[in-house]
Amino acid sequence: MSKIREDYENTRWRRFERFVNGEEMPEEKRLELTQAKEGDKEEQLAEITTTQSLRRKRKEERESFRRYWREQQEKEIKEALKQRADWPNTGGVRVFRCVYRFVALLICAAIIIVLLETVAELPRFGSAGTPANSNEVAERYIERGQEETGAVNIVTGMILDYRAFDTLGESHVLFIAACTVLILLRIDHGKDGKTTSAQLAEEDDRKFEPKNDRILQKVAFFLVPCIILFGIYVILNGHISPGGGFSGGAIIGAGLILYLNAFGFKKTERFFTYKTFSTISLCALLFYSVAKCYSFFCGANHLSSGIPLGTAGDIISSGLILPLNICVGCVVACTMYAFYAIFRKGGI
Amino acid sequence: MNIIQNFPLFNIVMCLMGGVICSVLKAKPAKCLSMGLIALAGVMNGCVLWYAAKYGQYTYMMGHFPAPWGNEIRVGVLEAVLALFFCIIMFLSVLGGEHYITIDIEESKTNLYFTMVNLMLTSLLALIYTNDLFTAYVFVEINTIAAGALIMIRSNGHTLVAATKYMIMSLVGSGLLLIGITMLYDVSGHLLMVNIHEQISVYARTGEYAFPLTVTIGLMSVGLAIKSALFPFHSWLPDAYGYSTPSSAAILSSLVSKGYIFLLFKIFYRVFGFDFVLDHKVTNILFVFGVVGMIAGSVMAIYQHDVRRLIAFSSVAQIGYIYMGIGLAVPMGTVAAVFHIMSHAASKSMLFIAAKGLSDVSGDSKDFSDLKGAGFRNKLAGIAFSVGAFSMVGIPLLAGFTSKVYFAEAALLASNRKMAVAMVALAISTILNAVYFIRAVITIYTPNPKRELAAKDYRLPRTMAVALVLFIILNVFLGTWSNLIEDAIEMGLKTFS
Repeated sequence: MSKIREDYENTRWRRFERFVNGEEMPEEKRLELTQAKEGDKEEQLAEITTTQSLRRKRKEERESFRRYWREQQEKEIKEALKQRADWPNTGGVRVFRCVYRFVALLICAAIIIVLLETVAELPRFGSAGTPANSNEVAERYIERGQEETGAVNIVTGMILDYRAFDTLGESHVLFIAACTVLILLRIDHGKDGKTTSAQLAEEDDRKFEPKNDRILQKVAFFLVPCIILFGIYVILNGHISPGGGFSGGAIIGAGLILYLNAFGFKKTERFFTYKTFSTISLCALLFYSVAKCYSFFCGANHLSSGIPLGTAGDIISSGLILPLNICVGCVVACTMYAFYAIFRKGGI
Repeated sequence: MNIIQNFPLFNIVMCLMGGVICSVLKAKPAKCLSMGLIALAGVMNGCVLWYAAKYGQYTYMMGHFPAPWGNEIRVGVLEAVLALFFCIIMFLSVLGGEHYITIDIEESKTNLYFTMVNLMLTSLLALIYTNDLFTAYVFVEINTIAAGALIMIRSNGHTLVAATKYMIMSLVGSGLLLIGITMLYDVSGHLLMVNIHEQISVYARTGEYAFPLTVTIGLMSVGLAIKSALFPFHSWLPDAYGYSTPSSAAILSSLVSKGYIFLLFKIFYRVFGFDFVLDHKVTNILFVFGVVGMIAGSVMAIYQHDVRRLIAFSSVAQIGYIYMGIGLAVPMGTVAAVFHIMSHAASKSMLFIAAKGLSDVSGDSKDFSDLKGAGFRNKLAGIAFSVGAFSMVGIPLLAGFTSKVYFAEAALLASNRKMAVAMVALAISTILNAVYFIRAVITIYTPNPKRELAAKDYRLPRTMAVALVLFIILNVFLGTWSNLIEDAIEMGLKTFS
């Protein structure tokens, strides 16, 4: 190799060339390179020596040099390791961490002060004269909500009729959240039905069934039917009294979770498997989408949807609101239960 | 009412239902259904674009109740252009990475990937078309969760960390946006963009609620800037783009962050009104961050050994360009920003797909020292990578060049000080872009005979080849027929506010 300058490898041009070629070397590689160079030097030295004595002398020298080199190297490695272990406590990093925490606190304090100041300037909460309480939107919801949507509970009328598009999105948020947790935590058997040992261990861990607690089982025996019945009541009366799909679904979900805790997975799987979950969510969400698409389409094209509103206050009234409430309730209940089951054993 | 006017509604509901159905299908039918729906959505949005260009904008009532009471979507030329474009990019990204989706993801979860893709498209379309701030927030939620799932579905350690980082940062952004929306509702009593705008222009005259409104603009801008990875908030980006499956990286970089930027446009133009935003000097702040991001992103990209992370850091710089365009505070700047949304999406997604093709023939390594000569081993991916790189650097005839010209034009129209800064930043950033992208191109075209012999029997997946060719055509189209698109954007922006 014809290198004119000894430090050719370190020249700026050579570094640039390496960078362009995409072969820029990390620090360790460069260390190896210098080691190799030292080896070359030794060989050259060995060739030059001719006489025996000189050779012996050289040999000793070489050995001592090698020893020295090895010690040096070990020292370096030790130092590097120590540096790495001590890294979070070295001066610069510690100072940086302190400054970082201080600045973070400062920014937090500043944001809190600004937000508090803002809240102080907002219209007074709950007073009648605020822009949100006194405009035509709230007025129409309250005054004509019952006659236009057929729902006595204005809130249900608002979320499932006036602003049904938002709720359509919202119920899909629940669905997508359940799917994401499923992706993250579901334990999968490989293509040939085998699982790795790590997966098996995890599965065993999660399948650890709850103990057969007599007290819990007895209480659950009485409570679960009541809870689920109450949930169904809340859903079915969502348009008449406070409640609706979201709250009723959450109640049913809680009932299912209690049942699962008391009686274990085997008994629950008799009536609630992954298939049940996907069928119920699928049917509920598809019905929701189709029904609302139909009603949006009719509304936008100024057609009448042909769905009777019925008399306000009856169970079967207010058009699409009751079926939509049932759909939302199913989705919420399934999602609640699915979250719990997936976290518990990595599957439904 | 013309049937085409219903298409945005059909689009959104169709993709929602498609996503739900995909969750119970097997992998293959799910893929077919999902791709078919994306293509159909693209065709429908093309019709909508034609209709909007011919008959002008319109609002569409979602249900039996008119706007301030019910929900509403608004369709104009700008929305339709972006919706059509997003569908095209989504289709090509999924098509290009389709082969690797089946490899990277466990078989039983592949259908859920397509669920996420469909719901992502739904949320993007809804974000584009919505005329209501709360609807926007609901679909921001769907978008965030779907993006997290798209990152994490290739389950290895890196993607889990990346998804966690993404979720934390992105949820902070969502939170700030939600606080902003709440305050706006409190102050104005409305959620519909038009009504809020009316109320705010009244306040602007009387000077009421000046401080809360300023804070609100700040919160919303920061929230959306975090979600779209503007420079100081970009920490989630390199991992998320660098380790996820190539389709996800392409979708995330080219669509997800862009959806949020478009929402920010909407908030600036349709909610606050651009004059109000100018009075509060928000654009100046965005301008500064954009310029810093343009340079810092490029500098960080230079240090990367990993081709995927290099492309990811280059995204930070390109997002900086878009915010600089908004920050110039002239109409032309916004045109340039919207055009850059499109040109960056077209080039970046192509780069991610092509980079996967290159690393495929280099022993699945993304490191530059292994990628040597990859352009000879996988010719089409090499060409596509070079086209994408040249487009990002700004070589004439390609999309990136045109958007840089528009940025320069916009800078000339801006105030003197901004013009100087923007011009210098553009020049420096272009040179830095060239340093790392040209270096990457040189690396993949440096012969490496040992590997080339080994990779002789490699066959490029056919779907990827089709996607790459279409990407190249799209890039050249954006670069050469830019007048058409610029006219459409200008037309859309005129009626936008």
